[in-house]
Amino acid sequence: MSMLSRVAERVYWLGRYLERIENSARLVSVYGNVLLDLPSSAKLRWESLLAITGSSEDFAARYSVADEHNVARFYLTDRDNPTSIINSADSARENARTVREMVPVSIWEGINDLHIYLNDNVDSAASRRGRDAFLGRVIESCQYLVGCMAGSMSRDAAYHFLRAGRYLERADMTSRIVDVGTANVFPWGTGSRQDGAASRESDPYESILWMNVLRSLNALQMYRRAVPGRICAEEVTAYLLQDENFPRAVSNCLQALASCLRHLPHNEAAVATVTAAMDHVRQANLTQLLKEDGVHDFIDEMQIEFNALHAVINASWFEAQR
Amino acid sequence: MKFSWQNYDSRGFYDELIAERGSARAAGSAVAKHIRSLTMDEIRERQRAAELAVKTMGITFTVYSEGTNIDRAWPYDIIPRTISGSDWDRVEAGLVQRLTALNLFIDDVYNEQRILRDRVVPRELIVESGNFRAACVGMRPKHGVWAHICGSDLIRDRDGTFYVLEDNLRVPSGVSYMLENRKVTKRVFPELFAADNMRPIGEYTAHLFAMLASLSPREGQRPVVVVLTPGIYNSAYFEHSYLAQQMGAELVEGGDLFVGSDDCVYMRTIAGQARVDVIYRRIDDLFLDPEVFNPDSTLGVPGLMRAWLRGKVALANAPGAGVADDKAVYTYVPDMIRYYLDQDAILPTVETYRCGEKEPCAFVLQHLDKLVVKPVNESGGYGMLMGPSASADERHAFARLLRANPRNYVAQPLVALSTCPTVCGDDIEPRHLDLRPFILQGAQHYVTPGGLTRVALKKGSFVVNSSQGGGSKDTWIVDCP
Repeated sequence: MSMLSRVAERVYWLGRYLERIENSARLVSVYGNVLLDLPSSAKLRWESLLAITGSSEDFAARYSVADEHNVARFYLTDRDNPTSIINSADSARENARTVREMVPVSIWEGINDLHIYLNDNVDSAASRRGRDAFLGRVIESCQYLVGCMAGSMSRDAAYHFLRAGRYLERADMTSRIVDVGTANVFPWGTGSRQDGAASRESDPYESILWMNVLRSLNALQMYRRAVPGRICAEEVTAYLLQDENFPRAVSNCLQALASCLRHLPHNEAAVATVTAAMDHVRQANLTQLLKEDGVHDFIDEMQIEFNALHAVINASWFEAQR
Repeated sequence: MKFSWQNYDSRGFYDELIAERGSARAAGSAVAKHIRSLTMDEIRERQRAAELAVKTMGITFTVYSEGTNIDRAWPYDIIPRTISGSDWDRVEAGLVQRLTALNLFIDDVYNEQRILRDRVVPRELIVESGNFRAACVGMRPKHGVWAHICGSDLIRDRDGTFYVLEDNLRVPSGVSYMLENRKVTKRVFPELFAADNMRPIGEYTAHLFAMLASLSPREGQRPVVVVLTPGIYNSAYFEHSYLAQQMGAELVEGGDLFVGSDDCVYMRTIAGQARVDVIYRRIDDLFLDPEVFNPDSTLGVPGLMRAWLRGKVALANAPGAGVADDKAVYTYVPDMIRYYLDQDAILPTVETYRCGEKEPCAFVLQHLDKLVVKPVNESGGYGMLMGPSASADERHAFARLLRANPRNYVAQPLVALSTCPTVCGDDIEPRHLDLRPFILQGAQHYVTPGGLTRVALKKGSFVVNSSQGGGSKDTWIVDCP
């Protein structure tokens, strides 16, 4: 039986929200760790995280100080931030509720359980000590759900849409996390990249920073096995954007997305769009881009492509019949 | 200290479990004995575990106008309500008899109208009823059945006799909670299942699917069955989704369907349009088709009535079936059973005063403090007056409503609802309850063994609706050796 367009759309969004929850948890976790590792003289600030995720204005409208407590609250438990983890969990649960007949009971119960946990533990997310356990539990729940889906769902349209949502969201977030890294290569002068470019070679904190970026994507160990030598910006950005084998690398996400889309009917336009995005990221010369301070703009271009991908998925399967 | 039944007292009401001080009825003896083997702390612990299970299983219901928090955990009490198999066999026969007669009645009313011509049921009561659908006149659904799924509310009086309180023939809900209650009991009281010989209820959705499939207009093909829901904000959304999941049917909203130029119904899928054969609709008649009924409805499907009238799609329950679940029509069901089946009603009905008639209306107005007055056309316990517990002001206000539109009301004496032991804080206390079994009719009949037991959790209260603070219990039909 073919899948309803409305249901396909909700399953796709369910995939996106679950991935968004996991990624936001990773983002806050790595940022907190980077700050612990860097000396207090480094001017790396929580504002940079807000800038990267495009949330500066929204944040400033409701908070006066961008300190750790407020920023963590903003990303994790702030009901007024539409992309906070707690709101994403609400949305994931609402979507799961509307497609409950499509997913195995264990998945519904897992989502419901995550939702209950988040709502019951808002307080523990507020302190640095409680936050680690909180974020760990959130990430673990998301991984459990991914495992349930892999282990118990038929490889039908619902499964493909769920994964399509996940991979597009994941590609988007990995690119943002890489952006966090490149924007903060120069902890002594956020915002003045040109001045910093010359002294980058001698930056003692560069490898600490990139190590944490890798850690946030659970990529450190796989990276070490794939790439020899010192951990540096060129290698890490290339790995996270272009590696064909690491499951959180943008190139791998797009490849996985393409394979999901190929299983679906009338996929020509969507497959063409994802192929173009894949070529674009694979052909990029990251060493050159880093030298020219062009990584941020490159990532902006990629994000425009991700938006186009979402639009073509929408047009091909969700709105075609309306 | 183990729990003792010695101090449990249902104060003259029929208790489902404890017959007289301390001793259990045969069907409940294993349950009563097991509870006696626990301390009150252990019992409370089980109740907490059950509430947690309900929460993690995501068993919810929705209360209207609650802002953003739209679903709540389903209230469930761990002590099962037990009914003996022999009592139940009689109830089951009575329910089948009743639904058979009701379907003959609906089919008659929309076609020959023999029962109206023979003046067994007054013509004006039917054709002037808000539930009579002129658009359905002349229609003959498959098997002659209009109400395929019926939920009848039963109560037990002081002597334990079952009465039918009302029949829900439009979109009765609650069956998913009946099924989920059993699962919760299995999680928290597994040892009870070894001791007792209770009838299983899990086959309901298989029977439901088979019945729906039997309505398909396309013979010889695997029928496409869908559940049509108003959407996530409906109070019974959990159930719509649950039933679709259990039947492997598609859960659709109005916007997912359209009627083609060939008058067939199609759903919009990722691969194009797909024909639908049977719609288990959980939307009220008036919202089904904006071309025929409420033109502002966005929940329904334009052209759906046309498709149904031309036999291109089956609707369950059929539009117009509600003409027989009006609370004034209820009073004529024993007459219908005699008229169509030439039998006496197996299940008695509660004495009911039709306020649309002059003398009964005067009587009701004089005795408002002793009666329960209900609008004929509402469900969920909305808009009713509980005379004995209402204030004088409330009764005056209600009398005005009644005089303004007497046809809209019926009144019944307050029936002494039976009780069942229920965990209330630090003790086990009697609480009043009713029972909603579900009856299916297609080519054959099926009755759920037991049904959904609803409990009035407030001490002394007779109001069991979940929208008004009611709870629920697992219901066991126990075959005693």
